[in-house]
Amino acid sequence: MPDSTTSRASFTLASSIESVDKVEQTAEEFAARAGFDEDTGSNIAMAVREAAVNAVLHGNAYNPAKQITATFEANSDALIVRITDQGPGLDPNTVPDPLAPENILRGSGRGIFLIRAFMDEVHFRQLHPGTELTLIKHRAPAQPPA
Amino acid sequence: MSMKVATRQVDGVTILDLSGRITLGEGSVTLRDAVHDIVAKGQKHILLNLENISYIDSSGIGELVSAFTSVKNSGGELKLLNLTKKVHDLLQITKLYTVFDIWDSEASAVSAFK
Repeated sequence: MPDSTTSRASFTLASSIESVDKVEQTAEEFAARAGFDEDTGSNIAMAVREAAVNAVLHGNAYNPAKQITATFEANSDALIVRITDQGPGLDPNTVPDPLAPENILRGSGRGIFLIRAFMDEVHFRQLHPGTELTLIKHRAPAQPPA
Repeated sequence: MSMKVATRQVDGVTILDLSGRITLGEGSVTLRDAVHDIVAKGQKHILLNLENISYIDSSGIGELVSAFTSVKNSGGELKLLNLTKKVHDLLQITKLYTVFDIWDSEASAVSAFK
């Protein structure tokens, strides 16, 4: 039975792969606590990992002077994850479509596609400097009593 | 858990038994180095056994694609063996499932190299 109260957690982390792993693990824990099944939880964790990778690698470029933040909120409606970086900003419209024939054999560029594939809503916000990604996965509506 | 690679030869095919996670950082680099070493030795027939890969992220998928093109560009062939459901699903949604030559029997995969 999922916990119906609101749970929150927030982290400020270094621009490192260890931070990506921590964010992914926290996403998996929140997804399980919110009542998502194992497969969905795993997909949520992957989407959140990809967002953290974007923040650390493409946003902050592993700059030790820059940090990422990750906030998690599980409420009665949804799991909401926000990842911010301090990078130059990201315009999602400039990211090439990884499914296009000319891009299919590229060795990178699938992260945002996977985030969108696994989450219900994905929002980008420019922070000047930096980017905030908000990832939302809605809980399935409750079944009416028989 | 990082990725581990064990290499063996079967009928002229180099089989890499991979285990763990292929993700940004160590896992991707380990795979890249292993494939690079094999190609540098002039071996043309490479089979990646993914049976014990528990997890792969977009960097790992990219590394599989890079390995595929790198082997192909050197005149060789790279095939995939024993995908887990997770990896199978990821290759489906990224439309890479039809790019790779994928097998679920090692004997058949080895025979498929010309």
